[in-house]
Amino acid sequence: MNAVLVTVLGATFGAGLVLSGMTDPAYIRGFLDVTGDWRPELAFVMAGAIALSLPFFQLVQPKMAKPIFSEQFSMPLATQIDARLLVGAVIFGVGWTVSGYCPGPGVASFAYLEPKAFGFVAAMLVGFKIADWFAPAK
Amino acid sequence: MTQVIIGGLLIGLSSVLLMALQGRIAGISSIVYRAAFVRGGETWTVWFVLGLVVGPAILIAMGLAAAPVLESSWLQILVGGLLVGIGTKIGSGCTSGHGVCGIGRGSLRSILATVAFMASGALAVLAMRWGGLL
Repeated sequence: MNAVLVTVLGATFGAGLVLSGMTDPAYIRGFLDVTGDWRPELAFVMAGAIALSLPFFQLVQPKMAKPIFSEQFSMPLATQIDARLLVGAVIFGVGWTVSGYCPGPGVASFAYLEPKAFGFVAAMLVGFKIADWFAPAK
Repeated sequence: MTQVIIGGLLIGLSSVLLMALQGRIAGISSIVYRAAFVRGGETWTVWFVLGLVVGPAILIAMGLAAAPVLESSWLQILVGGLLVGIGTKIGSGCTSGHGVCGIGRGSLRSILATVAFMASGALAVLAMRWGGLL
């Protein structure tokens, strides 16, 4: 893959995270605080992103024989709804609230030179390995 | 509000272009995992992660973004980070892979995962407030 192109795509994603407020943990907790002082604006981040991803994946991508700069589409194959998926998602949601970061914003916050962003990502990497050791994918 | 929507559109644009041009899902937890731990054929993930930092750095340099005030304690950051790592690895994705690409693909797995992590996140906010942590 073209390193410059992929870096530009990552930069676009990271800029989106910062502009939307996803890198502000207080804002994240406000969004998830549905029974308290709810700040629902963050729903528009996902709505804005899905406004592009939904028509692309439903209408455009099915008509493409292959990606423009590579040989094939690499798509997730799993379809089963199992405990692994849901337990993982529930654990992730708790971690998102407790820290205030999800993975992208944690990395993007390196740009703030925020020591806690480095701490978050280091802990997340340890979490990845814990999952590999104790709950390896079949 | 305008910034929130522009931010969401940029995230969607990046996700769409990564698939249209390179054929890959913009799932950040998976990209960071592969950048950190997988060798051979996955070096693109390192460039994407670099971009995730470069984009915000450019906005900061242009005066369009500033560091938010961080209320999370070190304990919350480290425990939360650990849970995010474990949960996204077991659950095969995070806000981007499930929430943006998966929902866009119409994947039932991703729709249910997104509902589950939003619901558990909301319950965790309640629990933290009851516990005096917020």
